Amino acid sequence: MSDAASFITEERAGRFTFRAMGDWTIRHAAAVDAALAAVSVRKARGREVTFDLSRIGRLDTAGAFLLERTAQQFADQGLAAEFEGLPDEFAALFKTVRESAATPPEEMHDRRSFPVQIAAKVGDTLMAAGSEARGITGYLGLFLEAMWRAVKAPSRLRLVPLVHHMEKVGFDALPIVCLINFLIGAVVAQQGAAQLRQFGADVYTVNLVAIIFLREVGILLTAIIVAGRSGSAFTAEIGSMKMREEIDAIRTLGLDPVDMLIVPRVLALVLTLPILTFIADIMGLLGGMVAVMALLDTSPGVFIVRLKEAADFWTFGVGILKAPFMALIIALIGCYGGMKVTGSAESVGRETTQSVVKAIFMVIILDAFFAMFFTAVGI
Amino acid sequence: MAEEFAIDVEGLRTQFGTQVVHDDLSLKVRKGEVIGIVGGSGTGKSVLLRTIVGLNRPAAGRIKVLGKELAQQDEAARRETEQRWGILFQDGALFSSLTVAENVQVPYREHLEMPKHLMDELAVLKVRLAGLPVEAAAKYPSELSGGMRKRAGLARALALDPDLLFLDEPTAGLDPIGAAAFDTLVRELQQALGLTVFLVTHDLDTLYATCDRIAVLADKHVILTGTIEDMMASDHPWITEYFKGPRGRSARAAQGKG
Repeated sequence: MSDAASFITEERAGRFTFRAMGDWTIRHAAAVDAALAAVSVRKARGREVTFDLSRIGRLDTAGAFLLERTAQQFADQGLAAEFEGLPDEFAALFKTVRESAATPPEEMHDRRSFPVQIAAKVGDTLMAAGSEARGITGYLGLFLEAMWRAVKAPSRLRLVPLVHHMEKVGFDALPIVCLINFLIGAVVAQQGAAQLRQFGADVYTVNLVAIIFLREVGILLTAIIVAGRSGSAFTAEIGSMKMREEIDAIRTLGLDPVDMLIVPRVLALVLTLPILTFIADIMGLLGGMVAVMALLDTSPGVFIVRLKEAADFWTFGVGILKAPFMALIIALIGCYGGMKVTGSAESVGRETTQSVVKAIFMVIILDAFFAMFFTAVGI
Repeated sequence: MAEEFAIDVEGLRTQFGTQVVHDDLSLKVRKGEVIGIVGGSGTGKSVLLRTIVGLNRPAAGRIKVLGKELAQQDEAARRETEQRWGILFQDGALFSSLTVAENVQVPYREHLEMPKHLMDELAVLKVRLAGLPVEAAAKYPSELSGGMRKRAGLARALALDPDLLFLDEPTAGLDPIGAAAFDTLVRELQQALGLTVFLVTHDLDTLYATCDRIAVLADKHVILTGTIEDMMASDHPWITEYFKGPRGRSARAAQGKG
């Protein structure tokens, strides 16, 4: 259907002729580009250069560009190339391409060496983490400031959105929080009992379940579930509002997005996560109790008696005390992610994923800090 | 390849569920012309475009594009035909995770084997052809204004040097100056590259500035195809209102034909 693009060069008595033939189209561009690389411009030095284009079958912008580029290479050597026999129908195309030719801008590609790129990447990541930390701290400040305003003028607090978000992040999360904690409680008891039985200490399974759940697992599991459920929802909700300029609309209407969007969400999570944790603790212990009853053949009464001996108020207090702090960090990361969204739909998705990862990461870091703190104060 | 028509639609029927959008619609687009598709909102202008390029399945009828009936072709032949047209969607439909240059290079990467330096050079050429500054090549779509996004979309549509260019409301959402510049650009490119252009538009100025012929969509089919003069001569109520209404008159006056 078409002849591949090709060319021949002729040198004859002070005249260098470049003769193009066939279809100079984008399909043949790569092949002819490779062949053109072998053309020695220097050989033409001191001669008159002519481009004979009369035998070209078809021409498109890619072909015209390649011819133009080659002519430019001659021109760079001080050899003005002359075009001959260009069919009329291609004249306008040639002119358009000539006007549009340009060298690719530097920033299109990273021309730095690989180690430099790695170093730059590490640096960028650290800088990003730093500005992220600053940003989230900033939002903590905004939230506390808004809370202080609300304390001075309680009518500023938006009760309806607060209750709405409490229902969404708290009440609606109950089924999954209950189920997961119940199952993990049962699994911990079952595994613990199997190990402790080897020492004849299987009755200590109750201590194991009680301490591990009340102090650590209840709050950790709940916080991680909430980070995945609600942290991501905060980012997506606020982010899509940001994308559609709704946040700007709020500002121009003389309202404060922090008051309207962030305070109800953060406050809702801070208030509900301790409640969720309390319920999670109970479900975990219930799961443990069911497993202990089945494995050790005891009654619920025995379990409760052992529980009273194993755990005091602070065993429970240590767990529940962490909840509001974790809620604060999850909610702030979620809201901050949403406010960071820019114009594109893609950035909503990216920030949502990011905020879940960051929230879970921070929950675990925070838990480790609390473990050190409580060890230091001796509870 | 002596086919006379770039697009040849006959007896087309499109429907979504029970809602019939086109019924017995016929339209012929000659090679090398710019045809403008006009019609009131909801007459299925964009649907027609989408049906011609195979994004909607017609309920009945025959569509020949560049001499080939798409529905009859196998996968490979379809791909080949698809590479011979370029489409500019309403908001550019640029891939947001790629830079403008990378957007233009997508078809190169997929369909052709090409060295990197040539892809870059050609991408920049297309970006310039579409009337964007060179610097725009390295930018992401979210960093561009609406008008620049349209131009970037045009650059991608032109990537493979198509024979046929589909434009869906190219000037919608542009300011008058930007819209006029876009009209000129389309006309210049069409003449320089010998394109056939299928243009869906609401914009009367665009019709006057760029189109050789106009097809009017109403009552589920094309009620009239012809030049502006043919439109003015028609006494169909919708056509009269559209072309002889206040906006129609001012667009006509702007072109110095009133």
